[in-house]
Amino acid sequence: MTSFFQTLGMSYEWAWFVSTICGILLIALPLLLGVAMIIYADRKIWAAMALRRGPNVVGPFGLLQSFADGLKVFLQETIIPSAANKGIFLLAPIVTFTVALMAWAVIPFNSGAILADINVGLLYVLAISSLGVYGTVMAGWASNSKYPFFSAMRASAQMISYEVSIGFILICVVLWAGTFNLNDIVKAQDGHVLGLFNGFGFNPLLFPMAVMFLISGMAETQRAPFDLTEAESELVAGYQTEYSSMAFAAYWLGEYANVLLMCALNATLFWGGWLPPLDIPVLYLVPGFIWFLLKVLFFFFVFSWVKATVPRYRYDQLMRLGWKVFLPTSLLFVVLVSGYLMATGHFA
Amino acid sequence: MIHVIAFYLFAVMTIGSGAITILSRNPVHSVLWLILAFFNAAGLMILVGAEFIAMLLVIVYVGAVAVLFLFVVMMLDIDFAELRAGFVKNFPFGMLIAVVLLAEMVLGIGAYKAGALQLGTPDGTAAQPLGTSNIEAIGALLYSRYLFLFEAAGIILLVAMIGAIVLTHRQRGDTRGQKISKQIARRPDEATVNVKPEVGKGVSL
Repeated sequence: MTSFFQTLGMSYEWAWFVSTICGILLIALPLLLGVAMIIYADRKIWAAMALRRGPNVVGPFGLLQSFADGLKVFLQETIIPSAANKGIFLLAPIVTFTVALMAWAVIPFNSGAILADINVGLLYVLAISSLGVYGTVMAGWASNSKYPFFSAMRASAQMISYEVSIGFILICVVLWAGTFNLNDIVKAQDGHVLGLFNGFGFNPLLFPMAVMFLISGMAETQRAPFDLTEAESELVAGYQTEYSSMAFAAYWLGEYANVLLMCALNATLFWGGWLPPLDIPVLYLVPGFIWFLLKVLFFFFVFSWVKATVPRYRYDQLMRLGWKVFLPTSLLFVVLVSGYLMATGHFA
Repeated sequence: MIHVIAFYLFAVMTIGSGAITILSRNPVHSVLWLILAFFNAAGLMILVGAEFIAMLLVIVYVGAVAVLFLFVVMMLDIDFAELRAGFVKNFPFGMLIAVVLLAEMVLGIGAYKAGALQLGTPDGTAAQPLGTSNIEAIGALLYSRYLFLFEAAGIILLVAMIGAIVLTHRQRGDTRGQKISKQIARRPDEATVNVKPEVGKGVSL
């Protein structure tokens, strides 16, 4: 896109600047629209699993429900508790929302269709997702209320715990792909298993990692069954308890953008991103973007399926799963994968 | 042009947020400004082409260390009067540390400018080894030339971690821990019994 703006008579630097701004808008605006639709989809899936109808009044099939909700919260009054720390209270949802959008910069939507094609892409994702916890912690502290504070404590312990095992899982992928660049990781999955299946997930050594990444992703985004930060029976609404209006909406949008990001990461790292699942020429007629979107939507369906069916974990069970099950298992697989790669001369 | 703007933005933000970290009266605000300082320092690292260090800075310091800082500071009940009372007493020691740090920085920059260290070029831009990315260059150096030091650092950290666990772990006789395997192995038919007690007799448990 930079060269297009250069033909309009801009210098390279300005052309790069303008094209990056355009790229950001091209990702962020459809993403926000997608988040609105995915909230609707989420509610419809839960409804279907509970034999209910779900939202069906606003617009055809209730398609405009999310926009109606958005308008409603937009028109509400923003209430700031008098004992709250005002600056941080208002900053917290902005942090959550911004961080949720930032990580999308390195996700490849199609071959080369990536905003920032940097060679530390995966580390960038890790870095940005580790920032997500601040939105929650700041909200919990600034609300000056007990339940949000408990929720913030839970969130920070939970996210740090699961980031450890996510790190080890990603190491396995990076060892096999030999790069941190997400676009190259997708390319490394081309015909990965028997020259037929595109995706690390089809590899028997990496399939357990794919499953663990999916579960850790649920814990990292605080989705059910790990939504202890918003456990309504214990903590009212968790860190969002004192929030209203657009600040509350920013949390919702940020949360779902994070869930979509996790789905996109699952698709990109383990299931071939924009590649079709099978390495057959006919399947390449479908654009890569469509394959990517289908995979993301599939994983989103898995996320809501789990939310609709699995009961919430207890906090000690959550910590046990993270530290006593996932951490040793992922460490073992780092040894297994690196041992296998050394034995077969992958690095030679 | 954009480079220069970005550099001054990051530099001013780093120094400014570092200063507010010290000056802020609320410790939680201090930690948050410190995080902003870390973040802008990472931005500066990216500008000199050390993107791997920048990402590590964010992952390790912002993502883990600062979260624990915030965790502790938020839960502490800090008495500000007590903090200020210790100021005069600790002032000479603080000055000493400041002087040592300053001397170290002057020495370091001096050695760097003189070209005595094979780190990069003295004009401030990091020398990128030709044909390799940041991660590959660091990996090749760490796992060949500095292998012993690297692994020794790892072992020291491991020992420190185990030491901390041993020191703080205490075995109490009166607690009843959960046996997860026993919980999972439980089935409904062995957990419940159906009894028909005589009226007024009750059941034995």
